Amino acid sequence: MGEKWNKGLLGWIDARFPLSKMWYEHLAEYYAPRNFNFWYYFGSLALLVLVIQILTGVWLTMNYKPDAAMAFNSVEYIMRDVNWGWLIRYMHSTGASMFFIVVYLHMFRGLIYGSFKKPRELIWIFGMIIYVCLMAEAFMGYLLPWGQMSYWGAQVIISLFGAIPGIGDALALWIRGDFVVADATLNRFFAFHVIAVPIVLLALVVLHILALHEVGSNNPDGVDIKKHKDENGIPLDGIPFHPYYTVKDIVGVVVFLIIFSIIVFFMPEMGGWFLERDNFIPADPLKTPEHIVPLWYFTPFYAILRAVPDKFLGVVAMGGAIFVLFLLPWLDRSPVRSIRYRGGIYKIAIGVFVISFIALGWLGTQPATTLYTNFARFFSLLYFGFFASLLIIPRFEKTKPVPDRVTS
Amino acid sequence: MKKLLIAFLLTISPLWAFAAGGHGIHLDKANIDPNNVQSLQRGAAMFVNYCLSCHSASLMRYEHMGKDLGIEETLVSENLIFNGGKIGDLMTVATAPADSKLWFGTVPPDLTVIARARGVDWLYTYLQSFYRDNSRPIGTNNLVFPDVGMPNVLWELQGVQEPVITTLKKPDGTEVVDVSLELVEPGLLTPTEFDRAIRDLVNYLDYMGEPAKHERRELGKKVILFLLMFLVLAYLLKREFWKDVH
Repeated sequence: MGEKWNKGLLGWIDARFPLSKMWYEHLAEYYAPRNFNFWYYFGSLALLVLVIQILTGVWLTMNYKPDAAMAFNSVEYIMRDVNWGWLIRYMHSTGASMFFIVVYLHMFRGLIYGSFKKPRELIWIFGMIIYVCLMAEAFMGYLLPWGQMSYWGAQVIISLFGAIPGIGDALALWIRGDFVVADATLNRFFAFHVIAVPIVLLALVVLHILALHEVGSNNPDGVDIKKHKDENGIPLDGIPFHPYYTVKDIVGVVVFLIIFSIIVFFMPEMGGWFLERDNFIPADPLKTPEHIVPLWYFTPFYAILRAVPDKFLGVVAMGGAIFVLFLLPWLDRSPVRSIRYRGGIYKIAIGVFVISFIALGWLGTQPATTLYTNFARFFSLLYFGFFASLLIIPRFEKTKPVPDRVTS
Repeated sequence: MKKLLIAFLLTISPLWAFAAGGHGIHLDKANIDPNNVQSLQRGAAMFVNYCLSCHSASLMRYEHMGKDLGIEETLVSENLIFNGGKIGDLMTVATAPADSKLWFGTVPPDLTVIARARGVDWLYTYLQSFYRDNSRPIGTNNLVFPDVGMPNVLWELQGVQEPVITTLKKPDGTEVVDVSLELVEPGLLTPTEFDRAIRDLVNYLDYMGEPAKHERRELGKKVILFLLMFLVLAYLLKREFWKDVH
């Protein structure tokens, strides 16, 4: 950076605002490890989905009516009478589910390559807060179409707060603003969904990226690329994010958009996983659907909730299942970051964790029969067992030597 | 890593089969053809003649239907609008909900998105499964939706069905009761004609559930074709830039 930028409009701006400086710090001279693999697409994809959700959300808001008497019809109005309304709506509904797919894969990447470990604990914490905000955003957004599943899903989840001893019922009433989920609830959820939570989300994304760029990106080998620098202070294994990773991420973006388009244009309901059938029936406070299921991205936690016989302890377990993820940097104390150089026992633990998470996700969509509840208990134990095992695995784990430089 | 990924994909693959969920009743396949405009037009005529007196489709406009199904505005106004409404109106009904409640015990649901809530197979089977049941106040019942408040509006076309109950004994000794329906009084249409009529009607209901479906699929092909071409360019660009990294 230097003299050449000091002239013209850009020079004028640079004298007043660090535009070129930011460009260099975060893109053209941000050195990322050169060995990023498949798993490293999901960070930029999460950003892309965020932009899709905000833009489509703004345009949906132009025709949506946050009123219990009009909400359901206004969504169908968007689907029929608004030009391109169906496309905007399907992009938003598909975007919600794809956001979670991308974020789950992004988090899994952090898990297997130890990206949450020192000095990246705060990146992980910010990311976890983003994840929790995203769950709140998705939950409140799902009430807005005012279909049966919107209504009863919200009813069930809000009633969970009622399980808190002492203040529970008053708290649930305060959240709903009425004795049942009603117009007041819809209005406040709309306010949170379109204003409050998105603002917090955007701020957190900035913090997440600033924290990342402060310490630098981890990589599939989990080695610190800043240890070996050339005479100019540039990491030997680093390449400028722009243009190398910008052009690489464009490929990822296009592949993602192809998958996204296949869903939006050819299977927007995704066989009932992204848009549930019962949600095409307007909300009816007097008719409970025979089978209330939250959307798929909540079902692992829903299964944990139902696995515990006591309602309050179930809520505690469900909250704990999310909270324990925050503690990850302090639970896993192994000095080796990447799964590539961790012992077999750790790899097995990760495998068990992934299987239990998916199994819980499936069980959460099923009726709570005795058999399924027992399965949910078993997998809940495995889920928490994984985090407990992290405390002891490093003590006897045989790790492989970590290379000095990145390998590929 | 690859093994982990494959294991992951294998674990989640059976989920898709369970997604739709379902009830215990066996449903016949509707086998509708959304590209058959004649079938959709016949379905539309059936819909406004037989359904729209009690059920509304209050999120759908006549004009929209006419345009999508290739029916001219004057034809729609003259032949398909019975309540004196205008071409740009929504398909509402004049029946007061309180009256419906009194007559049928429940307000007939709006049918605009019923195909998306129930599925076409359910509708197809339901509409064929009415039978005579003198124990019901309205004289008919339905196999798919027991004790439904709706009478068999299409009895004139279909005729009258009565249930045939057969008890099958499984090899392990348990008894399975199988109920099928038998036509005891013929209607104006032969069973084949009636089957086609129902298929047309369900086809129309499916169209009305999502009028943009055809446009969506057509646009989707173009979008994906564009993205595939863009992918080639994006990949070549990436390869060019990355030459000096490897």
